[in-house]
Amino acid sequence: MSGSPNIPSSEITPEATFLNRRFFMKSAIWAGSTLATAGLYRTFAPRPEVQNTGATITSVSEPALSTSLAADEKINSFTEIAGYNNYYEFSTDKSEVAAKAKDFITDPWSVQVGGLVQKPRTFDLADLLKFESVERTYRFRCVEGWSMVIPWVGFPLSKLLSMVEPTSAATHVAFETYYDIKQMPDSGSAGIDLPYVEGLRLDEAMHPLTLLATGLYGKTLPNQNGAPIRLVVPWKYGFKSIKSVVKITLMDREPPTTWSLANPGEYGFYSNVNPNVDHPRWSQARERRIGEVGSRETLMFNGYAEQVAHLYAGMDLKEDF
Amino acid sequence: MTLSSDSRFHRQLVVFNGLLPALLILLDAWRGKLGANPVEFITRATGVLTLVFLVITLMVTPLRKIYGWNWLLKQRRLLGLYAFFYGVAHLLTYLAYDRDWQLQTVIGDVYKRPFIAIGMFSFALMIPLAVTSTNAMIKKLGGQRWAQLHRLTYYITIGGVLHYYIIVKSDITYPLIFAIVVAVLLGYRVVTSLKKARGVAPRAS
Repeated sequence: MSGSPNIPSSEITPEATFLNRRFFMKSAIWAGSTLATAGLYRTFAPRPEVQNTGATITSVSEPALSTSLAADEKINSFTEIAGYNNYYEFSTDKSEVAAKAKDFITDPWSVQVGGLVQKPRTFDLADLLKFESVERTYRFRCVEGWSMVIPWVGFPLSKLLSMVEPTSAATHVAFETYYDIKQMPDSGSAGIDLPYVEGLRLDEAMHPLTLLATGLYGKTLPNQNGAPIRLVVPWKYGFKSIKSVVKITLMDREPPTTWSLANPGEYGFYSNVNPNVDHPRWSQARERRIGEVGSRETLMFNGYAEQVAHLYAGMDLKEDF
Repeated sequence: MTLSSDSRFHRQLVVFNGLLPALLILLDAWRGKLGANPVEFITRATGVLTLVFLVITLMVTPLRKIYGWNWLLKQRRLLGLYAFFYGVAHLLTYLAYDRDWQLQTVIGDVYKRPFIAIGMFSFALMIPLAVTSTNAMIKKLGGQRWAQLHRLTYYITIGGVLHYYIIVKSDITYPLIFAIVVAVLLGYRVVTSLKKARGVAPRAS
């Protein structure tokens, strides 16, 4: 039998079966490759829309201010604001942060305020929500070259700082974001040192435009936007507006800040929005407003020059970028 | 005829799967599902797809030599053309939305931003390869010279990965994955050519 070329006719695959099998194989390869390609695309494609599940903030006063601070510009939708976030502790993919931060625990929460103050104090969430809220619609300009218009709810940081009474030695304020690798398992690949830290000069911190935001669109902050409480400094690049704050420390010197630690040549302590000082890798002269196709001019101090330019009188903003 | 010699089938598979991401991007654009910053998404997607097809092109030789998948060779030029296709889409997105068609500003941008210069240079190197991808051009150049010219793919891919690496703000995971894969694929070529050189070297005695 061995070596014989005579294969019993019963073992020869009939042509029809052979072609059927071929057809089946081809179909499987078609389906498999299509699913693989489409699936790969899907993993990179933007995520679906985000729903607003925040609680309504009832203690809002001063709603009239909102229109005056972002001219008559169109406010971005909730989906845009809550579906496109830089929050490296959760993900470096802006459209993925919302899903990754979904289960982040923001209650209980406390913010420890100390350093060079007369009355150090720890505020819990209830204390923070007792501050009289204002609604402020600000332009928000990211250092990456995109911008939004966001209706924040919050209170001026100056109110909180006044309560703890900074000493005469205090010149700067340092902020720190909550950090827990168990709740932020992807933070290992963020490429920046954590916890995230930021800082302001005391006069910047006391400026009436500087907010501690607890909400947006009239409801409590979504996790991905820095719940339960975050800083908003509208004339500076977005990364200065540190999220999910747990620590505020008054100091007598410039505190270290995360992005200038990561790359001192590219990100300075001040990081004021400035169309005349380019980022080393891209221009800051223009920006893309989310929701618009074309680009628009970036304004000095993000359009708040009238309110804040005096803080930097006599400074060379190319040196102190 | 076996499946692995059915080059018409292979061709159809490559044509369809190469086009599929572009179709999906168009579909998502039409449904308004490209996220909050569609321009950024399209720019990144077309850039990554260019790199993906360059990497697949570079996989053909190792796969042939290691597994004997010689049938892949017939699809290699098409894979390369897909890299070029997504590269063109990437460049057009940049010109249309980053430069607003102000073409005179491109020169300044190339000068000011090294990663743009690297990207432009790599793209420019792809043009002669796309132009010479026809059968007639292979005949005209001669197989050896043609193959030599198309080794530019190595430099194009390295340039592409570098371009990606520089623009990333801090999370270098994806550019790093590309860098490792490309290093392995190019390392394979270095090793085989070294082995070959040693094999044919005259014996000293």
